[in-house]
Amino acid sequence: MELNVLLFASWSDALGPNVTVHVPAVATVRDVLEAVLARAGGLALPTPLVAVNHRYAKPESPVRAGDEVALIPPVAGG
Amino acid sequence: MRTAIVEHVLDPAALLDEVASTDSGASTLFVGTVRRVNEGRDVTGIDYSAYGPMAESEMGMIAAEAEKRFGTSRIVVEHRLGTLTLGEASIIIAVSHPRRAPAIEAQRFLIEEIKKRVPVWKREHYADGTREWVEPTAGVVAGGAA
Repeated sequence: MELNVLLFASWSDALGPNVTVHVPAVATVRDVLEAVLARAGGLALPTPLVAVNHRYAKPESPVRAGDEVALIPPVAGG
Repeated sequence: MRTAIVEHVLDPAALLDEVASTDSGASTLFVGTVRRVNEGRDVTGIDYSAYGPMAESEMGMIAAEAEKRFGTSRIVVEHRLGTLTLGEASIIIAVSHPRRAPAIEAQRFLIEEIKKRVPVWKREHYADGTREWVEPTAGVVAGGAA
């Protein structure tokens, strides 16, 4: 399936505010991350976490069509 | 309890008023401000940006955790986004509680969890004209494992 992934901070600067990646129909967070990392090529970007529907998700968590998926680079609020 | 991502100048006195109660024996106010020097570099300002809906939801969860742990719902947090200059407040946390110890502990809990979990990013502007994302927990680069 085609999945739109939201990007922020240094990732957004490098690749734009979102990217569309192709992942298996039964996909995990790990699949999505690998697909976006492949898009980043050799760019030096900080390792992100992944959020699915506004919650941090583990690498083995499922991702379904229609989920809102975002890469979360190291946060620096406060 | 109220948490919000905002784009206006923060008002410490108003937030302190908001949590105040005659049942409270202590109110604490935390004001995070833009500092002149970071990692030895001269800072002139900071751009704050966020993944809005998730930042709102994560701050709400943290405040709910604080309410459960410390026994007060008198918690208000506002985090500001946009371009801030030196000395401006980026975050304000106000907590009120019948006793001072949990009021202080709740506030420490809130700021530490917010810094760890809420998807907000800052890009510092330096005196030499350059700008850089601040990535406190940055480790491996893209292409590596997560």
